[in-house]
Amino acid sequence: MLKKTTFAAALLAATVLSGAASAKTFVYCSEGSPEGFDPGLYTAGTTFDAAAHTVYNRLLEFKKGTTETEPGLAESYTVSDDGLEYTFKLRPGVKYQTTEFFTPTRDFNADDVVFSFDRQLKADNPWNKYVTGASWEYAAGMGFPEVIKSVEKVDDLTVKITLTRKEAPFLANVAMPFASIVSKEYADKLQADGKMNQMNQMPLGTGPFAFVAYQQDAIIRYKANPDYWGGKQKIDDLVFAITPDASVRYQKLKAGECHLMPFPNAADVAAMKADTNLKVVEQEGLNVAYLAYNTTQAPFDKPEVRKALNQAINKQAIVDAVFQGAATPATNPIPPTMWSYNKAVEDDKYDPEASKKGLEAAGVKDLKMKVWAMPVSRPYMLNARRAAELIQSDFAKVGVTVEIVSYEWAEYLDKSKAKDRDGAVMLGWTGDNGDPDNFLDTLLGCDAVGGNNRAQWCNKEFDDLVTKAKETSDIAERTKLYEQAQVVFKKDAPWATIDHSLSIVPMRKGVEGFVQSPLGDFAFDGVDITE
Amino acid sequence: MSQAAATSAVSTDPSRRARLAEFWYYFSENRGAVIGLVFFIFLVLLAIFAPLIAPHDPTQQYRDAVLVPPVWQEGGRADFLLGTDAVGRDMLSRLVYGTQFSLFVGVIVTALSLVVGVVFGVIAGYFRGWVDTAIMRVMDIILAFPSLLLALVLVAILGPGLVNAMIAISLVYQPHFVRLARAAVMSEKTRDYVVAAKVAGAGHTRLMFKTILPNCMAPLIVQATLSFSSAILDAAALGFLGMGAQPPTPEWGTMLAEAREFIQSKWWVVTLPGVAILITVLAINLMGDGLRDALDPKLKRS
Amino acid sequence: MLRFLLGRLAVLIPTFIGVSIIAFSFIRLLPGDPVALLSGERVMSPERHAEISAELGFDRPIVIQYLDYLWGVVRGDFGTSIVTKKPVVDQFFELFPATVELSLCAIVFAIVLGVPAGIVAAIKRGSFADQAMMGTALVGFSMPIFWWGLLLIMLVSGMLGWTPVSGRISLMFYFPPVTGFMLIDSLLSGQAGAFKSAVSHLILPTIVLGTIPLAVIARQTRSAMLEVLSEDYVRTARAKGLSTFRVVGVHALRNAMIPVVTTVGLQVGVMLAGAILTETIFSWPGIGKWMVDSVSRRDYAVIQGGLLMIAAVIMLVNLAVDLMYGLINPRIRH
Repeated sequence: MLKKTTFAAALLAATVLSGAASAKTFVYCSEGSPEGFDPGLYTAGTTFDAAAHTVYNRLLEFKKGTTETEPGLAESYTVSDDGLEYTFKLRPGVKYQTTEFFTPTRDFNADDVVFSFDRQLKADNPWNKYVTGASWEYAAGMGFPEVIKSVEKVDDLTVKITLTRKEAPFLANVAMPFASIVSKEYADKLQADGKMNQMNQMPLGTGPFAFVAYQQDAIIRYKANPDYWGGKQKIDDLVFAITPDASVRYQKLKAGECHLMPFPNAADVAAMKADTNLKVVEQEGLNVAYLAYNTTQAPFDKPEVRKALNQAINKQAIVDAVFQGAATPATNPIPPTMWSYNKAVEDDKYDPEASKKGLEAAGVKDLKMKVWAMPVSRPYMLNARRAAELIQSDFAKVGVTVEIVSYEWAEYLDKSKAKDRDGAVMLGWTGDNGDPDNFLDTLLGCDAVGGNNRAQWCNKEFDDLVTKAKETSDIAERTKLYEQAQVVFKKDAPWATIDHSLSIVPMRKGVEGFVQSPLGDFAFDGVDITE
Repeated sequence: MSQAAATSAVSTDPSRRARLAEFWYYFSENRGAVIGLVFFIFLVLLAIFAPLIAPHDPTQQYRDAVLVPPVWQEGGRADFLLGTDAVGRDMLSRLVYGTQFSLFVGVIVTALSLVVGVVFGVIAGYFRGWVDTAIMRVMDIILAFPSLLLALVLVAILGPGLVNAMIAISLVYQPHFVRLARAAVMSEKTRDYVVAAKVAGAGHTRLMFKTILPNCMAPLIVQATLSFSSAILDAAALGFLGMGAQPPTPEWGTMLAEAREFIQSKWWVVTLPGVAILITVLAINLMGDGLRDALDPKLKRS
Repeated sequence: MLRFLLGRLAVLIPTFIGVSIIAFSFIRLLPGDPVALLSGERVMSPERHAEISAELGFDRPIVIQYLDYLWGVVRGDFGTSIVTKKPVVDQFFELFPATVELSLCAIVFAIVLGVPAGIVAAIKRGSFADQAMMGTALVGFSMPIFWWGLLLIMLVSGMLGWTPVSGRISLMFYFPPVTGFMLIDSLLSGQAGAFKSAVSHLILPTIVLGTIPLAVIARQTRSAMLEVLSEDYVRTARAKGLSTFRVVGVHALRNAMIPVVTTVGLQVGVMLAGAILTETIFSWPGIGKWMVDSVSRRDYAVIQGGLLMIAAVIMLVNLAVDLMYGLINPRIRH
C-alpha cells in the first residue's frame, strides 16, 4: 500500500515536471497591482499592462515600437470628406477567448464595438454605472463625450462613428487602451446572472492572452489564447508577479524568478548592464518634466525673467542626481521620439553669470520665490524633492531665494491649477497616444488655463498654431505647424523644461521578441524565451 | 530626565539622598546599563555640539562628490569619512545631525505622553466613576488599533512631517501611561498617608499630584524609558514609510527611505542610518534595563 | 465564566462603536480628494467631479453618511473600494490569511526559540550563555525591523542566494486557494515541492517579523522563570534532590508560563504593526501593505473598513487571551 502511494506520487511529480518543461511560462515582475480589469474605468499604465494589452484588442492598434496606428480589430477605415464620419470595416472570424468562466457562441462583430463605446458614453446604458463610482475617466479626459456624436452599426462587420467636430488625433485615441473592445455576449450573460461586477474582475476579450486568475496584490495568470486571430503566442503561460519594490524586482530578475521587469532603480542600471545573464534595452520615454512659472504673476510675467531663471538651472546635474543619467535634459515641451520634434530649437544654456545679468537687466533684485515639488515619484521625475533641492541651490547662486513647498498629491494637483498660484510648479506629463496635440494643446493651450496649463500661459500666436494643427489631417502640414509652435514656446519660456526620462527595461538574456513601446506600455505578444 | 528629577529632590529630603545612593548602587552594578549611559551621554553631546563636530553642513551638496564611498574603500575621500549620498551630502555630518532629531523625538514624545497620560490616569484613578469609565474607554479605543497603523493614519491627516509624527506617536503611547498611573493611584489611594492628608484638609489637586503621584513614579519612569526608545523606532519607521520627517531633514529613517534604491549598489547610504538607529535605541534600552532593576524592588536581585 | 464573558462583551460593544466613529471621522479629516486622485495629472472638470462625488455619497450630511455606514457594517457591508471597485470585505478576507500565516509563523518562531532561551538563561543565570543570549535579545528588541529586513534581503537573498526574495510561493506552482494559507494549500495541492517552496518564501519575513517578539518572549520567560525558581516550593523540590530538569520541567515551567502567555497575547497588536513594515519590504500580499497603499491612495472605504476590521480582530484576540488567562490561572476567574 505504502509502496503504491509513493509510486503514484512519483508519477504525479514526473508528470508535473514534464508538463512544466514543455510549457513555456513567461514571468513579468510588474511594479504594482492593477486597479481592476476593465481598462475603460482606469487611467494607470499598470492597469493597462495587466488588462488592456493582454486580454483585449482595439479597433486600431499602435504598431509595435512606434506611435503610429495599424489595423487591429478593424481591417480598414475610411474618413468622409468633411472629416466627421469614420467608417470601420471589421475583421471577420475573430474569436473570443474560451475560458473556464465563459464559452463564447459567436464571433466578434459590430454589436461589440457599439456596446464598448456606448457603455462609456451613454448614461442610460445599463453598464455605464455597473460598479460603484464608475467614471470612464480616460474617455472623458480625451474628450470623447463631446467629440463623439454617435457610434452606429451599419452591418455585422461595419461600424460608423460620427464626430461633432474635426479632430485629427481621433484615430490615435481609438488605439488607446481605454477604447478596448469587450464582448457584448459576455456582458449580457453577466447582466442576466446579476454578476456585472465580474466584468472588472474576470475580463474576457479577443486578445493574445486569456485571463486565468488573479490573487490580489500577488499574481496574475494568463494563458495563450489558442484561437487568437493573430496566431497563437510562442509562450504558453504569462504570469505577472506583482513586486512593487524596484530592488526586490532586480533581485528576482537576477535569481531567474522573472524574465523581465519595468522601472529599475537608476542606481542599479550599471550593474545590470554588466551582468552577463541580463540584457538591457532603453528608449527615450514619451514624457517631459517641467517647472511651470506662473506667467500671470510679477515678476514671472516677463519672458526675460523666465529666460534668465532658466539659464540658472543646471539640468545635467538634475539628470545625474535624480536619474543617474537615465534621462536627457529637455529642450522642447515634447520628447524627441515624437514626430514634429523641432531639432533646430536651442536650449537656454546653463550660465549663472548670464542669468544674474539677465535678472539685473530686468530689474529683479533679492527675488524670493516658491518652488513646488511633487510628493510622489513619477516616471518623468523620480524624485521631485531632490530635483527641487538642486534647483534651490542653483537659484541661490544667482541671488534668488527658494522655498520648497509640497502638498499631498491630490491637493498638489488641485492647488497647482489655481490661476493666482504663488510659485513655480514642478510637474510633468506622459503622452497618451503619441500625438503632439496631446502635449502642446493639452498642456499649453489657452483652453487649459486654470487646468492642465499650470503656467497659466495663454499666447495667441502659439494657440492659433496648435488649434490649426488639430483641425488639419495632413501629417506634413501638422508637423510644420507644431515645429513653429515649439519655437514660439521657447522664445516665451513659460516653462523651464527639465528632462525626458529614459525608459529602461532589463530582462534575461533568453528573452526574445520584446519590443519597447514609446508609450510606456508593457505588452508581451510576440515574446519568446530560449533559456 | 529621571536623573534630573531625582537630583532636584536631593537637597530637600535627606532620605531621598539615601535612596538615590541606593539607586545608583544598583544601577552601576549593571555593566550594560553603565555602558548604555556612557553611550547615551556621548549621543547627547554629539547632538548638542553637532555644528562643531560635523565636518560639513548636512544639507550642503557637493556636486563633484556624489555617492563617494567611505574613506577606507576604493574611491573614498578623506574629506568625506563615511562617504556621501545621492546628491553629494556628507554622510557623517548627516548622521551626526540626525542624533538631534532622534533624541528630540524621544524627549518630546516621552514628555508629552508622560504628562498627558499621567494627568488623565491620575484623574481616572482618583475620581473613578463615569470619569474613569469615559477615559478608559477612549484608551481602549486607541489600543484597539495597531499603534503604527494608527500613527500612520494620524500623520496622513495632520500632514507628513516630524512634528506631526511626534504628535501622532505620543497619542498612541498615551494608554500605557494612563493605565499605569491609574493602577498606581488606585492602590495608593487607601494608604494611611493619603487618608491622613485628606483628613488634614488637602484639596483634590494637591492630593492627586503632590501626595499620591510622587509615590507612583517608579513604574512610570520605567515605561518612560521604554517609550523613549520606541518613539525613536516609530518615528524612523514613519520616516521610512515617507510619513515622518521630510527630506532634506537628516532624520535617520527618512535617510533610509531615500537610500532604499541604492540597496544593491551603495551599501553605505543604506547601512549607516540603520546602524545609527540600532545603537541609539540599544543604548537607551540598556539604560532602561538598569533603571528598571534599580527601581523595581521585586526584580532587584534578578 | 459566562458572567465574565458577558461583562467583557458589555465593554467591547461601546468600544467597537467608538472605534467605528474614529475610523469613520478620521477618513473625513484626511486632506486630499479621492475623486481628484482618480484622474491623476489629467484634469477633471468641476461638473464631473461633483457628479462622481455625489455618486460615492460624499455630498450628503456627515451624520447620515456615518449612520448609513454603520448600518452597512451591521449587515456585513464595509463599502466598496474607490480604486478597485471591489467590496472591502472581499479584499480583506482575500488578504487576511497571508497576514495571519506570516504572523503565526513569526509567533511560533518567537516562542520556539524564545522560551527555551529564556529558561536556559534563567537556569544558568550570570553565565556567559545567559549574558550572550540576553545581550542578543536586547539587540533584537532594539532592532529597526524595516532596516533589518532590507539587510537580510541584501545578504541572504542577494549575496548568498539562499532564499527567494519575495512572494509567497514559486510561480512554478499554481493551484486555486482553498484556505488562503499557502502552507496548507500547497500540501493540499499535492504538487511535489510546493510545500518546500512555500516554506522557503516564509523564512525571511518570519525572522524579520518574529525578531522583536522573540526578544520580548526570551526576556519575559527569563524573568518569570527567575521569580518562580526563587520561590519556596521550587527550592524545596530542589533541596529534596529532584533533578534540575524535573524541577524546571514539572514545577517551575507551568507557573512561569502565565506571564509568558500574557506577553504572547500582547504581541498580537505589535505583530500587526510590524506586519505593516514587513509586508511592505517583502511585497507580502497581506493587510498591512494593503492599508499603507490605501492611505497613500486615499481609498476612503478601504481605510475605514480596514481599520475597523483590524480593530475587531485585535479586540477579539485580546478577549481570547483574557479567557485563556482565566483558564490557566484560576485565581483571577471572576
